[in-house]
Amino acid sequence: MKYMLMMAGTKREFESYLKLSKEELQAQVAFMRSFAKELGDSGVLVLTEGLAFPGQAKLVRAGSNGEPITDGVFPESKEFLAGFWIIDVESPEEAYKIAARASAAPGPKGRGTMPIEVRPVMDRAPEEWQ
Amino acid sequence: MTGGPSDVSLEHLLRDLTPQVLGTVVRRFRDFEAAEDAVQEALVAAARQWRRKGLPNDPCAWLTKVAFRRMVDQIRSESARRRRESRTAEEAVPAQELSAIEPPPQEDDTLTLLFMCCHPSLTTASAIALTLRAVGGLTTAEIAHAFLVPETTMAQRISRAKQTIKSSGVPFQQPTPEEKMQRLRAVLHVIYLVFNEGYTSSAGFALRRDDLSHEAIRLMRMVHNLQPGEPEVTGLLALMLLTDARRLARTGAEGELIPLAQQDRTLWDRQEIAEGIALVSEAFSKGSAGPYQLQAAVAALHDEAARVEETDWPQILALYDLLKRMSDNPLVSLNHAVAAAMVHGAAAGLKLLDGLEADSRLAQSHRLDAVRAHLLELSGDRASAVKLYRAAATKTENLRERNYLLFQAARLSVEPQHSDEQK
Repeated sequence: MKYMLMMAGTKREFESYLKLSKEELQAQVAFMRSFAKELGDSGVLVLTEGLAFPGQAKLVRAGSNGEPITDGVFPESKEFLAGFWIIDVESPEEAYKIAARASAAPGPKGRGTMPIEVRPVMDRAPEEWQ
Repeated sequence: MTGGPSDVSLEHLLRDLTPQVLGTVVRRFRDFEAAEDAVQEALVAAARQWRRKGLPNDPCAWLTKVAFRRMVDQIRSESARRRRESRTAEEAVPAQELSAIEPPPQEDDTLTLLFMCCHPSLTTASAIALTLRAVGGLTTAEIAHAFLVPETTMAQRISRAKQTIKSSGVPFQQPTPEEKMQRLRAVLHVIYLVFNEGYTSSAGFALRRDDLSHEAIRLMRMVHNLQPGEPEVTGLLALMLLTDARRLARTGAEGELIPLAQQDRTLWDRQEIAEGIALVSEAFSKGSAGPYQLQAAVAALHDEAARVEETDWPQILALYDLLKRMSDNPLVSLNHAVAAAMVHGAAAGLKLLDGLEADSRLAQSHRLDAVRAHLLELSGDRASAVKLYRAAATKTENLRERNYLLFQAARLSVEPQHSDEQK
Protein backbone atom coordinates (compact mmCIF):
# COMPACT_ATOMS: atom_id res chain seq x y z
CA MET A 1 0.00 0.00 0.00
CA LYS A 2 1.26 3.40 -0.95
CA TYR A 3 1.60 6.37 1.36
CA MET A 4 2.67 9.91 0.80
CA LEU A 5 4.87 11.39 3.50
CA MET A 6 4.82 15.17 3.49
CA MET A 7 7.21 17.47 5.24
CA ALA A 8 5.88 21.00 5.53
CA GLY A 9 6.97 24.18 7.27
CA THR A 10 5.90 27.75 7.88
CA LYS A 11 7.70 30.67 6.33
CA ARG A 12 9.50 31.15 9.64
CA GLU A 13 10.75 27.57 9.56
CA PHE A 14 11.97 27.96 6.01
CA GLU A 15 13.82 31.10 7.07
CA SER A 16 15.50 29.31 9.94
CA TYR A 17 16.62 26.67 7.45
CA LEU A 18 18.45 29.40 5.55
CA LYS A 19 20.44 30.16 8.68
CA LEU A 20 21.63 26.68 9.52
CA SER A 21 25.27 26.46 10.52
CA LYS A 22 27.69 24.58 8.32
CA GLU A 23 27.58 21.54 10.64
CA GLU A 24 23.79 21.52 10.85
CA LEU A 25 23.50 21.82 7.12
CA GLN A 26 26.02 19.04 6.58
CA ALA A 27 24.09 16.74 8.91
CA GLN A 28 20.81 17.59 7.20
CA VAL A 29 22.10 17.03 3.67
CA ALA A 30 23.82 13.78 4.63
CA PHE A 31 20.67 12.50 6.33
CA MET A 32 18.37 13.25 3.38
CA ARG A 33 20.79 11.60 1.03
CA SER A 34 21.28 8.41 3.01
CA PHE A 35 17.59 8.23 3.94
CA ALA A 36 16.55 8.33 0.27
CA LYS A 37 19.22 5.81 -0.63
CA GLU A 38 18.15 3.47 2.13
CA LEU A 39 14.48 3.66 1.15
CA GLY A 40 15.48 3.04 -2.44
CA ASP A 41 17.75 0.11 -1.55
CA SER A 42 15.09 -1.54 0.59
CA GLY A 43 12.60 -1.40 -2.26
CA VAL A 44 9.94 0.79 -0.68
CA LEU A 45 10.67 4.13 -2.35
CA VAL A 46 8.39 5.14 -5.22
CA LEU A 47 9.37 8.79 -5.53
CA THR A 48 10.92 11.54 -3.48
CA GLU A 49 11.46 15.16 -4.30
CA GLY A 50 12.46 18.29 -2.49
CA LEU A 51 10.62 21.45 -3.45
CA ALA A 52 11.97 24.92 -4.12
CA PHE A 53 11.46 27.61 -1.50
CA PRO A 54 7.92 29.02 -0.94
CA GLY A 55 9.02 32.26 -2.61
CA GLN A 56 8.86 30.31 -5.86
CA ALA A 57 5.29 29.20 -5.20
CA LYS A 58 2.38 30.69 -7.10
CA LEU A 59 -1.31 30.29 -6.51
CA VAL A 60 -3.05 29.87 -9.82
CA ARG A 61 -6.72 30.31 -10.60
CA ALA A 62 -8.51 30.25 -13.90
CA GLY A 63 -9.72 33.66 -15.02
CA SER A 64 -13.07 34.15 -16.68
CA ASN A 65 -11.50 33.35 -20.05
CA GLY A 66 -9.71 30.32 -18.66
CA GLU A 67 -6.34 32.08 -18.69
CA PRO A 68 -4.19 31.58 -15.58
CA ILE A 69 -4.26 34.26 -12.91
CA THR A 70 -1.24 33.87 -10.66
CA ASP A 71 -0.87 35.13 -7.17
CA GLY A 72 2.28 35.06 -5.12
CA VAL A 73 1.33 36.61 -1.81
CA PHE A 74 0.75 34.19 1.04
CA PRO A 75 -0.08 34.71 4.69
CA GLU A 76 2.77 34.19 7.17
CA SER A 77 1.04 31.34 8.97
CA LYS A 78 0.49 29.19 5.90
CA GLU A 79 2.41 25.92 5.78
CA PHE A 80 4.34 25.04 2.68
CA LEU A 81 5.31 21.62 1.48
CA ALA A 82 9.11 21.33 1.63
CA GLY A 83 9.43 17.86 0.21
CA PHE A 84 7.74 14.50 0.02
CA TRP A 85 8.29 10.78 -0.22
CA ILE A 86 5.92 8.28 -1.76
CA ILE A 87 6.54 4.83 -0.35
CA ASP A 88 5.04 1.44 -0.99
CA VAL A 89 4.89 -0.60 2.22
CA GLU A 90 3.08 -3.55 3.82
CA SER A 91 1.25 -1.76 6.60
CA PRO A 92 0.38 1.68 7.93
CA GLU A 93 2.68 0.96 10.89
CA GLU A 94 5.62 0.59 8.54
CA ALA A 95 4.72 3.92 6.93
CA TYR A 96 4.56 5.59 10.35
CA LYS A 97 7.93 4.16 11.30
CA ILE A 98 9.50 5.61 8.18
CA ALA A 99 7.72 8.91 8.75
CA ALA A 100 9.12 9.07 12.27
CA ARG A 101 12.61 8.72 10.87
CA ALA A 102 11.95 11.54 8.42
CA SER A 103 10.62 13.58 11.30
CA ALA A 104 13.90 13.14 13.15
CA ALA A 105 15.86 14.64 10.24
CA PRO A 106 18.55 16.96 11.60
CA GLY A 107 17.50 20.58 11.65
CA PRO A 108 18.45 23.69 13.61
CA LYS A 109 20.20 22.68 16.84
CA GLY A 110 20.52 19.02 16.09
CA ARG A 111 17.80 16.43 15.95
CA GLY A 112 14.51 17.64 14.54
CA THR A 113 10.91 16.81 15.34
CA MET A 114 9.31 18.04 12.13
CA PRO A 115 5.72 16.77 11.92
CA ILE A 116 5.31 14.53 8.89
CA GLU A 117 1.87 14.19 7.39
CA VAL A 118 1.18 10.61 6.29
CA ARG A 119 -1.68 10.01 3.86
CA PRO A 120 -2.71 6.85 2.05
CA VAL A 121 -2.50 7.07 -1.74
CA MET A 122 -5.82 5.99 -3.23
CA ASP A 123 -4.61 2.90 -5.02
CA ARG A 124 -6.09 0.17 -2.81
CA ALA A 125 -8.08 -2.54 -4.51
CA PRO A 126 -11.80 -1.75 -4.45
CA GLU A 127 -14.02 -4.05 -2.44
CA GLU A 128 -16.96 -5.79 -3.92
CA TRP A 129 -20.13 -3.86 -3.24
CA GLN A 130 -23.28 -5.73 -2.35
CA MET B 1 33.93 -17.07 -37.50
CA THR B 2 34.65 -18.06 -33.93
CA GLY B 3 32.31 -16.79 -31.25
CA GLY B 4 30.21 -13.66 -31.26
CA PRO B 5 31.16 -10.17 -30.13
CA SER B 6 30.88 -9.19 -26.48
CA ASP B 7 27.51 -7.90 -25.34
CA VAL B 8 28.82 -4.41 -24.73
CA SER B 9 30.56 -3.97 -28.06
CA LEU B 10 27.56 -5.48 -29.83
CA GLU B 11 25.21 -3.06 -28.12
CA HIS B 12 27.45 -0.13 -29.09
CA LEU B 13 27.67 -1.28 -32.66
CA LEU B 14 23.91 -1.71 -32.96
CA ARG B 15 23.26 1.69 -31.48
CA ASP B 16 25.79 3.30 -33.82
CA LEU B 17 24.13 1.69 -36.82
CA THR B 18 20.54 2.47 -35.80
CA PRO B 19 20.17 5.99 -37.25
CA GLN B 20 21.78 5.08 -40.57
CA VAL B 21 19.52 2.08 -41.02
CA LEU B 22 16.41 3.87 -39.80
CA GLY B 23 17.14 6.85 -42.03
CA THR B 24 17.47 4.62 -45.07
CA VAL B 25 14.23 2.79 -44.31
CA VAL B 26 12.30 5.99 -43.66
CA ARG B 27 13.63 7.52 -46.88
CA ARG B 28 12.44 4.53 -48.88
CA PHE B 29 9.07 3.90 -47.23
CA ARG B 30 8.13 7.39 -45.94
CA ASP B 31 6.49 5.93 -42.86
CA PHE B 32 8.47 6.84 -39.78
CA GLU B 33 6.45 4.84 -37.29
CA ALA B 34 6.40 1.61 -39.28
CA ALA B 35 10.06 2.06 -40.16
CA GLU B 36 10.97 2.38 -36.52
CA ASP B 37 9.15 -0.84 -35.66
CA ALA B 38 10.83 -2.65 -38.53
CA VAL B 39 14.28 -1.43 -37.47
CA GLN B 40 13.61 -2.43 -33.86
CA GLU B 41 12.78 -5.93 -35.06
CA ALA B 42 15.90 -6.02 -37.19
CA LEU B 43 18.00 -4.96 -34.19
CA VAL B 44 16.52 -7.69 -32.02
CA ALA B 45 17.19 -10.26 -34.72
CA ALA B 46 20.75 -8.99 -35.13
CA ALA B 47 21.45 -9.09 -31.41
CA ARG B 48 20.32 -12.71 -31.30
CA GLN B 49 22.10 -13.92 -34.41
CA TRP B 50 25.33 -11.99 -34.23
CA ARG B 51 25.90 -12.97 -30.64
CA ARG B 52 25.85 -16.63 -31.67
CA LYS B 53 27.34 -16.54 -35.13
CA GLY B 54 29.53 -13.47 -35.11
CA LEU B 55 29.22 -10.32 -37.16
CA PRO B 56 28.22 -10.35 -40.82
CA ASN B 57 30.59 -8.77 -43.33
CA ASP B 58 28.54 -5.63 -43.64
CA PRO B 59 26.41 -5.22 -40.50
CA CYS B 60 24.75 -2.05 -41.80
CA ALA B 61 23.62 -3.72 -45.01
CA TRP B 62 22.46 -6.78 -43.05
CA LEU B 63 20.27 -4.66 -40.76
CA THR B 64 18.92 -2.58 -43.61
CA LYS B 65 18.01 -5.68 -45.56
CA VAL B 66 16.20 -7.28 -42.62
CA ALA B 67 14.36 -4.05 -41.84
CA PHE B 68 13.37 -3.70 -45.50
CA ARG B 69 12.09 -7.25 -45.50
CA ARG B 70 9.97 -6.55 -42.42
CA MET B 71 8.54 -3.46 -44.08
CA VAL B 72 7.72 -5.43 -47.21
CA ASP B 73 6.12 -8.21 -45.13
CA GLN B 74 4.06 -5.64 -43.33
CA ILE B 75 2.92 -3.93 -46.52
CA ARG B 76 2.14 -7.30 -48.07
CA SER B 77 0.03 -8.49 -45.18
CA GLU B 78 -1.69 -5.15 -45.06
CA SER B 79 -2.48 -5.18 -48.75
CA ALA B 80 -3.62 -8.79 -48.46
CA ARG B 81 -5.94 -7.72 -45.71
CA ARG B 82 -7.15 -4.83 -47.82
CA ARG B 83 -7.67 -7.20 -50.75
CA ARG B 84 -9.74 -9.48 -48.59
CA GLU B 85 -11.73 -6.56 -47.36
CA SER B 86 -12.21 -4.65 -50.60
CA ARG B 87 -11.86 -7.51 -53.06
CA THR B 88 -9.87 -5.28 -55.34
CA ALA B 89 -6.28 -6.06 -56.03
CA GLU B 90 -5.43 -2.94 -58.00
CA GLU B 91 -4.31 -0.75 -55.14
CA ALA B 92 -2.03 -3.36 -53.64
CA VAL B 93 1.67 -3.00 -54.31
CA PRO B 94 2.93 -5.92 -56.40
CA ALA B 95 5.01 -8.11 -54.15
CA GLN B 96 7.60 -8.78 -56.84
CA GLU B 97 8.37 -5.12 -57.25
CA LEU B 98 8.85 -4.68 -53.53
CA SER B 99 11.23 -7.56 -53.00
CA ALA B 100 13.39 -6.32 -55.86
CA ILE B 101 14.32 -3.17 -53.99
CA GLU B 102 17.94 -3.04 -52.97
CA PRO B 103 18.56 -0.82 -49.98
CA PRO B 104 21.01 1.86 -51.05
CA PRO B 105 22.24 3.59 -47.89
CA GLN B 106 23.10 7.25 -48.20
CA GLU B 107 25.47 9.23 -46.05
CA ASP B 108 22.91 11.93 -45.41
CA ASP B 109 20.19 9.65 -44.06
CA THR B 110 21.36 10.01 -40.47
CA LEU B 111 21.47 13.76 -40.77
CA THR B 112 18.04 13.91 -42.39
CA LEU B 113 16.73 11.78 -39.55
CA LEU B 114 18.21 14.22 -37.04
CA PHE B 115 16.64 17.18 -38.80
CA MET B 116 13.33 15.38 -38.66
CA CYS B 117 13.59 14.52 -34.95
CA CYS B 118 14.56 18.10 -34.08
CA HIS B 119 11.93 19.67 -36.28
CA PRO B 120 10.66 23.04 -35.03
CA SER B 121 7.06 21.75 -35.00
CA LEU B 122 7.97 19.54 -32.04
CA THR B 123 8.17 20.67 -28.42
CA THR B 124 11.67 20.60 -26.97
CA ALA B 125 10.87 17.66 -24.70
CA SER B 126 9.47 15.68 -27.65
CA ALA B 127 12.44 16.48 -29.85
CA ILE B 128 14.82 15.33 -27.12
CA ALA B 129 12.94 12.07 -26.54
CA LEU B 130 12.61 11.32 -30.23
CA THR B 131 16.25 12.09 -30.95
CA LEU B 132 17.48 9.84 -28.15
CA ARG B 133 15.24 7.06 -29.33
CA ALA B 134 15.49 7.25 -33.13
CA VAL B 135 19.04 8.55 -33.50
CA GLY B 136 20.55 7.55 -30.18
CA GLY B 137 19.02 4.08 -30.30
CA LEU B 138 18.06 4.19 -26.62
CA THR B 139 15.01 2.24 -25.51
CA THR B 140 11.97 4.09 -24.22
CA ALA B 141 12.65 2.59 -20.78
CA GLU B 142 16.20 3.96 -20.80
CA ILE B 143 15.06 7.43 -21.79
CA ALA B 144 12.31 7.39 -19.17
CA HIS B 145 14.81 6.34 -16.55
CA ALA B 146 17.23 9.09 -17.50
CA PHE B 147 14.56 11.76 -17.23
CA LEU B 148 12.98 10.16 -14.15
CA VAL B 149 9.51 9.90 -15.60
CA PRO B 150 7.35 6.76 -15.81
CA GLU B 151 7.96 4.67 -18.90
CA THR B 152 4.34 5.04 -20.03
CA THR B 153 4.75 8.83 -19.93
CA MET B 154 7.85 8.68 -22.08
CA ALA B 155 6.24 6.20 -24.48
CA GLN B 156 3.33 8.58 -24.87
CA ARG B 157 5.64 11.54 -25.44
CA ILE B 158 7.47 9.69 -28.19
CA SER B 159 4.28 8.47 -29.77
CA ARG B 160 2.83 11.98 -29.80
CA ALA B 161 6.01 13.31 -31.33
CA LYS B 162 5.68 10.80 -34.16
CA GLN B 163 2.06 11.81 -34.55
CA THR B 164 3.05 15.46 -34.83
CA ILE B 165 5.58 14.62 -37.50
CA LYS B 166 2.97 12.69 -39.42
CA SER B 167 0.18 15.25 -39.09
CA SER B 168 2.32 18.29 -39.79
CA GLY B 169 3.64 16.56 -42.89
CA VAL B 170 7.32 17.00 -42.03
CA PRO B 171 9.01 15.59 -45.09
CA PHE B 172 11.95 13.23 -44.80
CA GLN B 173 14.36 15.30 -46.80
CA GLN B 174 17.32 17.57 -46.37
CA PRO B 175 16.36 21.18 -45.66
CA THR B 176 17.02 23.73 -48.35
CA PRO B 177 20.42 25.44 -48.21
CA GLU B 178 18.70 28.59 -46.91
CA GLU B 179 17.03 26.65 -44.10
CA LYS B 180 19.95 24.46 -43.31
CA MET B 181 21.84 26.61 -40.79
CA GLN B 182 18.68 27.32 -38.84
CA ARG B 183 17.70 23.67 -38.77
CA LEU B 184 21.21 22.63 -37.82
CA ARG B 185 21.08 25.10 -34.95
CA ALA B 186 17.90 23.39 -33.73
CA VAL B 187 19.69 20.03 -33.83
CA LEU B 188 22.66 21.42 -31.90
CA HIS B 189 20.34 22.99 -29.36
CA VAL B 190 18.56 19.69 -28.70
CA ILE B 191 21.84 17.83 -28.25
CA TYR B 192 23.13 20.63 -26.03
CA LEU B 193 20.04 20.30 -23.82
CA VAL B 194 20.60 16.56 -23.50
CA PHE B 195 24.17 17.27 -22.45
CA ASN B 196 23.06 19.85 -19.90
CA GLU B 197 20.49 17.51 -18.45
CA GLY B 198 23.30 15.13 -17.60
CA TYR B 199 25.68 17.88 -16.58
CA THR B 200 23.47 19.74 -14.13
CA SER B 201 22.04 16.49 -12.79
CA SER B 202 19.07 18.22 -11.26
CA ALA B 203 17.35 15.06 -10.19
CA GLY B 204 16.30 14.16 -6.70
CA PHE B 205 18.60 13.76 -3.76
CA ALA B 206 21.47 11.82 -5.18
CA LEU B 207 21.17 10.57 -8.71
CA ARG B 208 23.81 11.28 -11.31
CA ARG B 209 22.82 11.42 -14.92
CA ASP B 210 26.25 11.37 -16.51
CA ASP B 211 24.95 8.88 -19.02
CA LEU B 212 22.97 11.59 -20.75
CA SER B 213 26.09 13.70 -21.15
CA HIS B 214 27.90 10.79 -22.70
CA GLU B 215 24.97 10.12 -24.98
CA ALA B 216 25.00 13.76 -26.07
CA ILE B 217 28.73 13.55 -26.81
CA ARG B 218 28.17 10.40 -28.85
CA LEU B 219 25.41 12.12 -30.86
CA MET B 220 27.58 15.17 -31.31
CA ARG B 221 30.46 13.05 -32.63
CA MET B 222 27.99 11.62 -35.12
CA VAL B 223 26.92 15.09 -36.27
CA HIS B 224 30.55 16.17 -36.42
CA ASN B 225 31.42 13.23 -38.65
CA LEU B 226 28.58 14.21 -40.96
CA GLN B 227 29.28 17.95 -40.94
CA PRO B 228 32.98 18.33 -40.18
CA GLY B 229 33.13 21.62 -42.02
CA GLU B 230 30.65 23.49 -39.81
CA PRO B 231 32.62 25.43 -37.18
CA GLU B 232 29.70 25.58 -34.74
CA VAL B 233 29.31 21.78 -34.90
CA THR B 234 33.00 21.42 -34.10
CA GLY B 235 32.62 24.12 -31.46
CA LEU B 236 29.78 22.39 -29.65
CA LEU B 237 31.54 19.03 -29.63
CA ALA B 238 34.61 20.78 -28.21
CA LEU B 239 32.53 22.58 -25.59
CA MET B 240 30.97 19.32 -24.44
CA LEU B 241 34.30 17.50 -24.21
CA LEU B 242 35.99 20.37 -22.38
CA THR B 243 33.11 20.56 -19.91
CA ASP B 244 32.75 16.83 -19.45
CA ALA B 245 36.49 16.61 -18.76
CA ARG B 246 35.84 18.22 -15.37
CA ARG B 247 33.05 15.81 -14.42
CA LEU B 248 34.84 13.86 -11.69
CA ALA B 249 36.13 17.00 -10.04
CA ARG B 250 32.78 18.77 -10.06
CA THR B 251 31.09 16.86 -7.23
CA GLY B 252 32.43 15.74 -3.88
CA ALA B 253 31.99 12.48 -2.02
CA GLU B 254 28.61 13.57 -0.65
CA GLY B 255 27.37 14.74 -4.03
CA GLU B 256 28.09 18.36 -3.19
CA LEU B 257 28.95 20.83 -5.93
CA ILE B 258 32.56 21.93 -6.14
CA PRO B 259 33.10 25.20 -8.01
CA LEU B 260 35.73 25.46 -10.71
CA ALA B 261 38.15 27.40 -8.54
CA GLN B 262 38.22 24.68 -5.88
CA GLN B 263 38.28 21.60 -8.08
CA ASP B 264 41.09 19.08 -7.87
CA ARG B 265 42.49 19.61 -11.34
CA THR B 266 44.38 16.34 -11.32
CA LEU B 267 40.97 14.69 -11.66
CA TRP B 268 40.33 16.40 -14.98
CA ASP B 269 40.33 14.13 -18.01
CA ARG B 270 43.48 15.08 -19.95
CA GLN B 271 42.47 13.12 -23.01
CA GLU B 272 39.13 14.87 -23.37
CA ILE B 273 40.84 18.21 -22.81
CA ALA B 274 43.42 17.51 -25.51
CA GLU B 275 40.73 16.48 -27.96
CA GLY B 276 38.57 19.48 -27.09
CA ILE B 277 41.43 21.93 -27.52
CA ALA B 278 42.36 20.44 -30.89
CA LEU B 279 38.74 20.81 -32.01
CA VAL B 280 38.56 24.43 -30.83
CA SER B 281 41.69 25.27 -32.81
CA GLU B 282 40.27 23.48 -35.82
CA ALA B 283 36.98 25.40 -35.58
CA PHE B 284 38.70 28.76 -35.29
CA SER B 285 41.01 27.98 -38.20
CA LYS B 286 37.93 28.17 -40.40
CA GLY B 287 37.86 31.89 -39.74
CA SER B 288 34.49 32.31 -38.10
CA ALA B 289 33.49 32.46 -34.46
CA GLY B 290 30.01 31.40 -33.33
CA PRO B 291 28.68 31.23 -29.78
CA TYR B 292 29.49 27.54 -29.22
CA GLN B 293 33.04 28.04 -30.47
CA LEU B 294 33.56 31.01 -28.16
CA GLN B 295 32.17 29.13 -25.16
CA ALA B 296 34.42 26.21 -26.04
CA ALA B 297 37.38 28.58 -26.18
CA VAL B 298 36.55 29.82 -22.67
CA ALA B 299 36.28 26.23 -21.44
CA ALA B 300 39.64 25.47 -23.06
CA LEU B 301 41.30 28.37 -21.24
CA HIS B 302 39.99 27.09 -17.91
CA ASP B 303 41.06 23.54 -18.71
CA GLU B 304 44.53 24.64 -19.75
CA ALA B 305 45.28 26.22 -16.38
CA ALA B 306 47.03 23.66 -14.19
CA ARG B 307 46.29 25.83 -11.15
CA VAL B 308 43.40 28.25 -10.77
CA GLU B 309 45.88 31.13 -10.35
CA GLU B 310 47.18 30.45 -13.85
CA THR B 311 43.79 31.05 -15.48
CA ASP B 312 44.10 33.46 -18.39
CA TRP B 313 41.32 35.81 -17.28
CA PRO B 314 42.14 38.67 -19.70
CA GLN B 315 41.69 36.27 -22.59
CA ILE B 316 38.46 34.92 -21.09
CA LEU B 317 37.18 38.46 -20.64
CA ALA B 318 37.95 39.21 -24.29
CA LEU B 319 35.98 36.13 -25.36
CA TYR B 320 32.99 37.12 -23.23
CA ASP B 321 33.18 40.60 -24.75
CA LEU B 322 32.75 38.98 -28.15
CA LEU B 323 30.00 36.65 -26.94
CA LYS B 324 28.13 39.52 -25.38
CA ARG B 325 28.10 41.38 -28.65
CA MET B 326 26.91 38.30 -30.46
CA SER B 327 24.13 36.97 -28.25
CA ASP B 328 21.46 38.34 -26.03
CA ASN B 329 21.97 35.63 -23.44
CA PRO B 330 21.83 37.09 -19.91
CA LEU B 331 24.03 34.30 -18.58
CA VAL B 332 26.78 35.60 -20.84
CA SER B 333 26.44 38.99 -19.14
CA LEU B 334 26.88 37.32 -15.75
CA ASN B 335 29.96 35.39 -16.82
CA HIS B 336 31.31 38.52 -18.42
CA ALA B 337 30.97 40.35 -15.09
CA VAL B 338 32.82 37.57 -13.27
CA ALA B 339 35.64 37.68 -15.81
CA ALA B 340 35.81 41.47 -15.50
CA ALA B 341 36.04 41.11 -11.72
CA MET B 342 38.93 38.69 -12.06
CA VAL B 343 40.80 41.08 -14.37
CA HIS B 344 39.90 44.53 -13.02
CA GLY B 345 38.75 43.77 -9.48
CA ALA B 346 35.45 42.98 -7.78
CA ALA B 347 34.15 46.55 -8.01
CA ALA B 348 34.39 46.49 -11.81
CA GLY B 349 32.45 43.23 -11.90
CA LEU B 350 29.79 44.48 -9.50
CA LYS B 351 29.34 47.60 -11.59
CA LEU B 352 28.60 45.44 -14.64
CA LEU B 353 25.91 43.61 -12.67
CA ASP B 354 24.06 46.85 -11.92
CA GLY B 355 21.04 47.13 -14.06
CA LEU B 356 20.85 43.44 -14.94
CA GLU B 357 17.80 43.12 -12.62
CA ALA B 358 15.93 44.96 -15.32
CA ASP B 359 16.29 41.86 -17.51
CA SER B 360 13.14 39.89 -16.77
CA ARG B 361 14.99 36.66 -17.50
CA LEU B 362 17.36 37.39 -14.62
CA ALA B 363 15.07 39.21 -12.20
CA GLN B 364 13.64 36.00 -10.74
CA SER B 365 16.72 33.88 -11.29
CA HIS B 366 19.04 32.82 -8.49
CA ARG B 367 22.04 33.36 -10.70
CA LEU B 368 22.22 37.11 -10.48
CA ASP B 369 22.08 36.95 -6.67
CA ALA B 370 24.63 34.15 -6.59
CA VAL B 371 27.13 35.98 -8.83
CA ARG B 372 26.66 39.22 -6.92
CA ALA B 373 27.18 37.35 -3.64
CA HIS B 374 30.38 35.89 -4.99
CA LEU B 375 31.72 39.27 -6.12
CA LEU B 376 30.67 40.93 -2.85
CA GLU B 377 32.58 38.25 -1.01
CA LEU B 378 35.63 38.97 -3.15
CA SER B 379 35.26 42.66 -2.35
CA GLY B 380 35.26 41.86 1.38
CA ASP B 381 31.60 42.68 2.07
CA ARG B 382 30.76 39.45 3.86
CA ALA B 383 27.46 40.52 5.39
CA SER B 384 25.94 41.49 2.06
CA ALA B 385 27.33 38.36 0.46
CA VAL B 386 25.61 36.19 3.09
CA LYS B 387 22.27 37.90 2.44
CA LEU B 388 22.54 37.36 -1.29
CA TYR B 389 23.73 33.76 -1.04
CA ARG B 390 20.60 33.11 1.03
CA ALA B 391 18.39 35.00 -1.38
CA ALA B 392 19.83 32.91 -4.21
CA ALA B 393 19.13 29.74 -2.21
CA THR B 394 15.45 30.62 -1.99
CA LYS B 395 15.28 31.00 -5.76
CA THR B 396 17.22 28.06 -7.14
CA GLU B 397 15.39 25.05 -8.46
CA ASN B 398 18.28 22.67 -8.02
CA LEU B 399 18.75 20.99 -4.67
CA ARG B 400 22.51 20.64 -4.94
CA GLU B 401 22.84 24.25 -5.93
CA ARG B 402 20.72 25.24 -2.97
CA ASN B 403 22.91 23.26 -0.63
CA TYR B 404 25.98 24.85 -2.16
CA LEU B 405 24.58 28.37 -1.74
CA LEU B 406 23.54 27.67 1.86
CA PHE B 407 27.02 26.35 2.62
CA GLN B 408 28.51 29.56 1.26
CA ALA B 409 26.20 31.57 3.49
CA ALA B 410 26.97 29.39 6.50
CA ARG B 411 30.71 29.63 5.89
CA LEU B 412 30.63 33.43 5.76
CA SER B 413 28.08 34.03 8.48
CA VAL B 414 29.83 32.41 11.42
CA GLU B 415 30.69 35.78 12.95
CA PRO B 416 28.09 38.20 11.62
CA GLN B 417 25.34 35.81 12.67
CA HIS B 418 26.45 35.82 16.30
CA SER B 419 26.53 39.59 16.42
CA ASP B 420 23.05 39.65 14.83
CA GLU B 421 21.71 37.51 17.63
CA GLN B 422 23.18 39.72 20.31
CA LYS B 423 21.33 42.75 19.04
